[in-house]
Amino acid sequence: MTIDTPISANGAVHDAAERAAAAAPRKRRQLILALRLAILVVIVGGWELASRTHVIDPFFFAMPSTIVQQLWTWIIEGTSQGPLWGEVLVTLEETVLGFLIGAVLGIVCGIVLGRDKLLADVFSIYIKVANSIPRIVLGSIFVIALGLGMQSKVALAVVMVFFVVFANAFQGVREADRSLIANARILGASPLQITTAVIVPAAMSWILASLHVSFGFALVGAVVGEFLGSRHGIGLLISTEQGLFSPAGVFAAMIVLAVVALAADYLLTWAENRLLKWRPPSFADVRG
Amino acid sequence: MSALVTESPAIELIDVSLRFISPTGASLTALRNFTMTVRRGEFVAIVGPTGCGKSTTLNLITGINKANSGQVKVMGKPVTGSDPGIGFVFQTDALFPWRSVLRNVAAGPLFRGLPKEAAYTKAREWIKRVGLVGFENHYPHQLSGGMRKRVTLAQTFINNPQILLMDEPFSALDVQTRIVMQDELLDMWSSSNASVVFVTHDLEEAIALADRVYVLTAGPATVKAAYDIPLPRPRVTSEIRYQPEFIEISRQIWEDLREEVQISYARTQLATA
Repeated sequence: MTIDTPISANGAVHDAAERAAAAAPRKRRQLILALRLAILVVIVGGWELASRTHVIDPFFFAMPSTIVQQLWTWIIEGTSQGPLWGEVLVTLEETVLGFLIGAVLGIVCGIVLGRDKLLADVFSIYIKVANSIPRIVLGSIFVIALGLGMQSKVALAVVMVFFVVFANAFQGVREADRSLIANARILGASPLQITTAVIVPAAMSWILASLHVSFGFALVGAVVGEFLGSRHGIGLLISTEQGLFSPAGVFAAMIVLAVVALAADYLLTWAENRLLKWRPPSFADVRG
Repeated sequence: MSALVTESPAIELIDVSLRFISPTGASLTALRNFTMTVRRGEFVAIVGPTGCGKSTTLNLITGINKANSGQVKVMGKPVTGSDPGIGFVFQTDALFPWRSVLRNVAAGPLFRGLPKEAAYTKAREWIKRVGLVGFENHYPHQLSGGMRKRVTLAQTFINNPQILLMDEPFSALDVQTRIVMQDELLDMWSSSNASVVFVTHDLEEAIALADRVYVLTAGPATVKAAYDIPLPRPRVTSEIRYQPEFIEISRQIWEDLREEVQISYARTQLATA
């Protein structure tokens, strides 16, 4: 370095090129962030402006400032049904319970039917029929049968989750690499060991992908269940605000739900990355 | 060892025929009057035109396919199904992608009920043997094709197979890596007592590795000829292929094989025409 000037000059050129190469993605990220913020400002600002100038009727469509006000009131003083956190917790409990029960049932049934051709052939027709029913209408039955308490909402969340997870687990088992199964058998694995050591890990990426989608479904199930009849929860809050002709309240409840859903999504992504760390990084991951 | 001489051969296929019935009801004869013997500790290679039924012979030995007529015997006994003494190296990559190298190599002993610690100790020995020390915690996708094959060999040899079936194991590798792997295989095989059936479409590979080469006819496959390969061991596959004897043997066998390849090629031409 000290003696050979051409090399160090060359090195400097390299460094500059590397710095430029490293700066390019950073600039791109900044640009994306700026554009995102701009869109948010335009939409929220435009909404506020349009409402205040009565281009759209604030009585029906509220405006961002009143929505924020409503949220603030809920956080500070609580809702008409009690503290906001309590309501969020009720909805979250129903969602998580429904999600867990539905996911476990879906995974177990998917794997069992995926492994057993006869069972799959027998049950496939019923599952197709059950899957074609708009499951949300079952909510009415559950409220009638299980009452206004938590059970009816959990039951609705379970049916919402079950079919998605089941279909994915089943497909994942079916897509498991034949040569891996043959290899495990030759290496001495029993049928049970093949299921636990080959089938389940092979289906795992399918199952985890379905868990992402189905947590959202569980939330829909819980909220719609509360909508149809309950004593607590964000769904009831929405329904109450609707009855009061308070669009600001409905939007505020929507924001609360969105925060819950986003937080759950981050948690699931984190769990997925931990469970699937054996996977080669995809093209998108490398770039991001 | 002297007791082995009087024992039955490792593998016998006696006048075996096998037909597949396709879903449309058409029947396809894969093997016809197929007879082959593999002595204990012998390395046998099977060459033949593409799609002639080479792999089917291996599936008969593992019991995946059942013969319509004739007998298949392993260690003197009819094939029952899953024989723990059989090892199988697949053409495709059959490593478990969610297991690290260590857990891939240890898979066999773990499946067979060895305690975790003992299985891992044994696996580490084999990882050392195939030169992958330092890669124990890598996942298959982080390894090159040649390294993955080494893991596969370790995964198979750790079970100490009496019979080793290999279905074009090196066909996906580049030429240089393939030759290195051939030498590794011969090295591992020479310190085991396994009888090997090695299916390949590469005649030079077959001659370089095997004690005996079976040439199959275009499907339905039957044995066209069997050649003893009198090249001395230990062999270095990268050098052996330039020896005059090697070239002479491969010229002889190629005469046989060429006819079958041409028949097979003519058929595919007809089928596509």
